[in-house]
Amino acid sequence: MSNVEGRIIVEPERYEFGAAPFHQFELARRDFFKLLGAGIAVFAIAKDAAAAQETAPGHRSFHNEEWPKDINAWLHVGEDGSVTGFTGKAEIGQNIRTALAQTIADELRVPFESVRMVTADTTLTPFDAGTFGSRTTPTITPQLRRVSAAARDILVEAAAKEWNVAPAGLVAADAKVTDPASGRSLRYAELARGKTLAQNLPAEDPITPATQWTVAGKAIPKVDGRAFVTGRHQYTPDLRPAGMLHGKVLRAPSFGATLTVYDDSAAKAMPGVFVVRDGEFVGAAAPSADEAQKALDAIHAQWKEVPQISNKEIFSYFKQNAASKLDDRFRKQKSSVEEGLASAAHRLDATYNVAYIAHAPLEPRAAVAQWADGKLTVWTGTQRPFANRDELADVFHLPESSVRVIVPDTGSAYGGKHTSDAAIEAARLARAAGRPVKVVWTREEEFTWAYFRPAGVIEVKSGIASDGTLTAWEFHNYHSGASGIETPYVVANQRTEYHAVPLILRSGSYRGLAATANHFARETHMDALASAARMDPLDFRMKNLSDLRLRAVLEAAAKSFGWPRKKTQKGQGFGIACGYEKASYVATCAEVAVDKTSGVVLVVRLVEAFECGAIVNPDGLRNQVVGAMIQGLGGALFEAIEFENGRIKNPHFATYRVPRFRDVPEIEGILLDRKDIPSAGAGETPIMAVAPAIGNAIFDATGIRFNNLPMVPDGLRSA
Amino acid sequence: MAKPIELEINGKRYPVNYPADTPLLYVLRDELGLTGSKYGCGEGQCGACTVLIGGAPRRSCQIPVSAAAAKPITTIEGLEKDGRLNPVQQAFLDAGAFQCAYCTSGMIMSSVGLLQTNPNPSQAEIVQFLQGNVCRCGTHPRIIEAVRQAAKMMQEHRR
Repeated sequence: MSNVEGRIIVEPERYEFGAAPFHQFELARRDFFKLLGAGIAVFAIAKDAAAAQETAPGHRSFHNEEWPKDINAWLHVGEDGSVTGFTGKAEIGQNIRTALAQTIADELRVPFESVRMVTADTTLTPFDAGTFGSRTTPTITPQLRRVSAAARDILVEAAAKEWNVAPAGLVAADAKVTDPASGRSLRYAELARGKTLAQNLPAEDPITPATQWTVAGKAIPKVDGRAFVTGRHQYTPDLRPAGMLHGKVLRAPSFGATLTVYDDSAAKAMPGVFVVRDGEFVGAAAPSADEAQKALDAIHAQWKEVPQISNKEIFSYFKQNAASKLDDRFRKQKSSVEEGLASAAHRLDATYNVAYIAHAPLEPRAAVAQWADGKLTVWTGTQRPFANRDELADVFHLPESSVRVIVPDTGSAYGGKHTSDAAIEAARLARAAGRPVKVVWTREEEFTWAYFRPAGVIEVKSGIASDGTLTAWEFHNYHSGASGIETPYVVANQRTEYHAVPLILRSGSYRGLAATANHFARETHMDALASAARMDPLDFRMKNLSDLRLRAVLEAAAKSFGWPRKKTQKGQGFGIACGYEKASYVATCAEVAVDKTSGVVLVVRLVEAFECGAIVNPDGLRNQVVGAMIQGLGGALFEAIEFENGRIKNPHFATYRVPRFRDVPEIEGILLDRKDIPSAGAGETPIMAVAPAIGNAIFDATGIRFNNLPMVPDGLRSA
Repeated sequence: MAKPIELEINGKRYPVNYPADTPLLYVLRDELGLTGSKYGCGEGQCGACTVLIGGAPRRSCQIPVSAAAAKPITTIEGLEKDGRLNPVQQAFLDAGAFQCAYCTSGMIMSSVGLLQTNPNPSQAEIVQFLQGNVCRCGTHPRIIEAVRQAAKMMQEHRR
């Protein structure tokens, strides 16, 4: 193995393949009916599906591939009337399996129960860049609606042909086509029987507007819920193919350490154990995880380590090592900040620091790899099955067609499962052992060798007129990222810049990316300005806000919260914050109770209004919104990765604090359903305004302004 | 290898050929195929591996298999009886009290344990009891609601 830009690459024997380029769509189409049986299939090729690259720039990101040129979707109506929808997106707890099936049922006019989704399987599903960026709902939902509408047209035409009537008068509903003139009807199953009819999507079929949805828009419970409450659902770590061995990987004592002394003779002598050394990669496979670990323990290894900086020094490092050349994509200049500041009645400069945090998905990174006839199949919990496939093909010098990646519904990710580390490790060990191998990362490995939400420094300079109108806004983000960097407020004079900094810790996507950090800085700063102007924080925001959707969520949250509220208890405080990102809008109100003597800060209540266009499933959406609020509370109050000399100092749940039951306040989520606006994703934006709302409430209670995330890992003493 | 240990799990007896100090979780998952109990941390910090031993909720990653031999063990797989879900399972399903659901087995087992000793827990008692179970998706409010509903269902059943 060698380390290329922080990515571990296995270097097996060199082979050269002259394989033709693999074309996913053609292959799938050819094999489609063989796989699913006869029936009717519709394939969609959506042109111009390009969307803004939602990731932060630079090497911190793992999304180095472009969005697919054509996002495909396909659908099959079987001879038994069963309906199968295919998407490359993965189910990671965000409930897309349910929401996408609802969409198909709605548009095809079939019962929800007859629809099955096949997800995230590189052989069975269309190419997909990955399940990230809140993209499933805005990109896949319309695709599946269009293929469903097209399939419905085909079924209507088949019925018209059968009856020798014009299709125009026929009605599709309840999984059958009916002729109102004669009263006769044919079930979809009957119409699909004996056919192997595949059709590319014709010209854009009109799809059903949200006001006429019958299945979508309803609070349908999670598909397969019973499998989850009975423990029957098999996540990747639960898979046990026949003959499987357990794999473990020898980890370096610190990041960037290299092997200097290595002797595995004692480990290799152990019965049933396979030991692999390939460059810096050392691993063992054995009949049990315990035996694999014992084999690793028996390896004599010494490492050369390199000194590295600690979390205490990173903020000054970011400032000192920022790239001198700015990326124009994340640079905005409007009129003159200097003039805006000169004309201001109040000016405010502030710096905000944001710590590295961990995703800590409860299902750790895991993979099961199996080789057969030179072909590799890997089951793994990843957000990017196709990128995992490509990386495996690359690492093992295989054509992509020889690698299949399958994603079982996964125990969450939050942006943390983009890489193929566990997949590569399992595949390398499985090749050596000649048997399937499962690698499940320990919690310590998960906290250490995955990647982190990047830390950063944000500097803000601003000015307001005496009536509270913003006159100048200057915003610099160092390292943490450019998502949500632009202010939604009306300011005549603006400068916004993102400054890239070389990587310290391996970093990548995290729910909402840098929008959480940028919103924390902006909304905290706005609160401080309101205070300087002696204005109510909500009034101050409204005065500087023209965006109607953002005003609407602010009004909704404030109304439910009872803003402005009078304090009735000592230590009580109220805060508000808002923002928008990825076409969805959020406003959060917080109530805190601070005990100045003990320094304990308690979040008592959170009220959040969220709007993402037409709601596909209010029950699933509410789960995502409330979940994001609770996850956001952890990063706001106490989550932080500590590190020194390439070692993570708190790689356990005992030392890295995540929100637990006692931390959870009274929570209210208000969902605004805008049926006139296309549905946007909802996995990320609801997290953004939580931290500043809490921080602003702490200020209201104490007069102390916390400008660093996490704000109060040690209570008020953190100040 | 030590002499075989016999475990009683979900009413069935299993001879187990594992070293006596092997944590119960790995025996359940790797030898017996009872994969409903999850590995979340292996350190007793997250509760995903919770099973009932002699009716009391225990972190199976922290219990040596030898120490589990004396008492009957119930795992998530043993709650469903003749196709009928345990009231706690039913309440989690009804409340939609999961997202990724990786913590769900442990949450349900802990809650079953709670309701056996405290059939009508207050919100504070539920919070206190489940403090050791991590839900990283942030589904806590619905989990609390599910436990309350389960308590109600069980009390109505008893009447």
